Amino acid sequence: MSTNAQTISPHTMPETDYLNASYGIKSWLLTTDHKRIALLYLFSVTFFFFVGGIFATMIRIHLLTPGGYLVTPETYNKLFTMHGVAMIFFFLIPSIPAVLGNFLIPIMIGAKDLAFPKLNLLSWYIYLIGGGFVLYSFSTGGLDTGWTFYTPLSSVYSNSAVTAAVIGIFINGFSSILTGLNFVVTIHTMRAPGMTWFRLPLFVWSHYATSLIFILGTPVIAITLLLVALERVFHLGFFNPALGGDPILFQHLFWFYSHPAVYIMILPAMGVISEIIPTFARRPIFGYSFIAGSSIAIAVIGFLVWAHHMFLTGESLYAAIAFSLMSYLVAIPSAVKVFNWTSTLYKGSIALDTPMLYAMGFIGLFLIGGLTGLFLACLGLDIHLHDTYFVIAHFHYIMVGGAVMGYLGGLHFWWPKISGRMYPEFLARAAAIILFIGFNLTFFPQFLLGYMGMPRRYHSYPPELQVLNVMSTAGASILALGYLLPIIYLVWSYKYGRVAGPNPWPATGLEWKTQSPPLTENFDVTPVVDWEPYDFEHRPDLALEPGVGGLLPAHGDD
Amino acid sequence: MSEHIASPKLYIGIFLALMICTAATVWAAYINLGQYNIVIALAIATLKATLVVLFFMHAKYSPGRTQLVIFCAVFWLGIMLALTLSDYTTRHELTQQQAQPAALVARRVAP
Repeated sequence: MSTNAQTISPHTMPETDYLNASYGIKSWLLTTDHKRIALLYLFSVTFFFFVGGIFATMIRIHLLTPGGYLVTPETYNKLFTMHGVAMIFFFLIPSIPAVLGNFLIPIMIGAKDLAFPKLNLLSWYIYLIGGGFVLYSFSTGGLDTGWTFYTPLSSVYSNSAVTAAVIGIFINGFSSILTGLNFVVTIHTMRAPGMTWFRLPLFVWSHYATSLIFILGTPVIAITLLLVALERVFHLGFFNPALGGDPILFQHLFWFYSHPAVYIMILPAMGVISEIIPTFARRPIFGYSFIAGSSIAIAVIGFLVWAHHMFLTGESLYAAIAFSLMSYLVAIPSAVKVFNWTSTLYKGSIALDTPMLYAMGFIGLFLIGGLTGLFLACLGLDIHLHDTYFVIAHFHYIMVGGAVMGYLGGLHFWWPKISGRMYPEFLARAAAIILFIGFNLTFFPQFLLGYMGMPRRYHSYPPELQVLNVMSTAGASILALGYLLPIIYLVWSYKYGRVAGPNPWPATGLEWKTQSPPLTENFDVTPVVDWEPYDFEHRPDLALEPGVGGLLPAHGDD
Repeated sequence: MSEHIASPKLYIGIFLALMICTAATVWAAYINLGQYNIVIALAIATLKATLVVLFFMHAKYSPGRTQLVIFCAVFWLGIMLALTLSDYTTRHELTQQQAQPAALVARRVAP
């Protein structure tokens, strides 16, 4: 093959790519191309994001006044439950792995597709079936148990559509397991020549760690929620004391998965940040192996901390002390990442493009979210803060400030690769700043509300807490604008955006060595990797110096 | 990749061992060993599962990486059981301590 610059011109769209390789609805619904499946996931998770977002909007409008006049208390219970279920199980968990991970992992390691392309498509259909059950539950009586499904409320007393919802989440679990399995096998077996483990992009390392949690944790939540359904429908005694069960056992099993699930949400976002920061600081990442190792450490230690959600359930004091200490341990690999990212910035040539704004936002918000997590891991302090708005603020700083900022940062960073076109930079920067302001205005007052004693999941509150609640609702409306903007300009840019070329930033990864959008097979030839990760110095092909090098496609052995 | 082919004799042997274990489960169910009832039942069940995984599922003849995956899954199950039991087995000690806090509280709040 001739490796010349014309094959991947930066000024014109390629003639053939994965988007126009075939046409028709069937070519999408039966596709086995990981990139097309990623786009199917993109539409699906965006749909659930807006479903969850509508519930969140109603919650915040309801809380504008202390008495809460928008909905009845029963409906309020359903709103926060359905917000949590839609956002956690159907947006946050699949968002980065199933959209960006699916799209990028094969390209980043120089493969043509994932190891099991049909299984990949199957996992999307499973996600849809699970989502269908949950939407059915939402629309036939709703769900009022809290996203945590605590027993015996969920298994005995709730009159809402719990059974359909837990079956939906049970089914959806298989989607996660198959995605995780696919990633692990792909990363083990399909790396291009020269792509050694320590040349893997950190995005891939973080997805490897996430996949381990998918595989080891998801079966537990799936079977636990199935047990809830069995107890509810057939009155088998698993969690109901009247039938010989134990309600605390549910919480142990639930959090065995659901705490690591937080790391399912945040680890891929950390992977995104590890890609963005070296690119826009124009420096190799500081402490590559420590960042890679800390992803695995977070995945492993994350499994040892779950009962810190249960300090006030009457669990053993000795177990609580152990879980508290182990919870503090997670701070170490998390801090390793934050210190390494900031060290990468040191003496860097920093460009504050949109993805970098999101990355900076991520670091700040994750820092606040992480540090307040230490407050909650502290046995004594947790008695005061447990089940208050402090907890709500803490996990939204991690999940929205962390995971969603990472997701949006990644979507902007790789949008030129996904669509072949650039988004409007000014609008995108404005949206990132609006999101950051809106997010802090929404959730920082909630730390104060929680510290002042406002419990979570209550439909009313004392009048003296109104000012902070109004601030929070005002912030939510700014946040909503920040989310709508990217939808509008990304859709616009898909057709009208400036042609991006193969490597508009330029960045060092293998995904930037192929055309944008990529071919269905990703590369013309199997690439050979002969450079170290995030090395800008020895890469004339990145054309960083005027007149030196050019945008060359990946070279291969044929 | 060559696949290990086990002899029918081995399969029959494992099948018989599983049958014996099943009989042992039934037999043990008729003997009241108090709190050890569940221990015996689970021990026999674990032995049976191990035989199935090792021989019927060919884990014994699988490559090291497959064995590592199985080991990790069992190890993770161990984490879940051990840490959950760390709550159940020591919870009563907390309740015993709670039975006598009146004196402690009185001493603490005394001027």
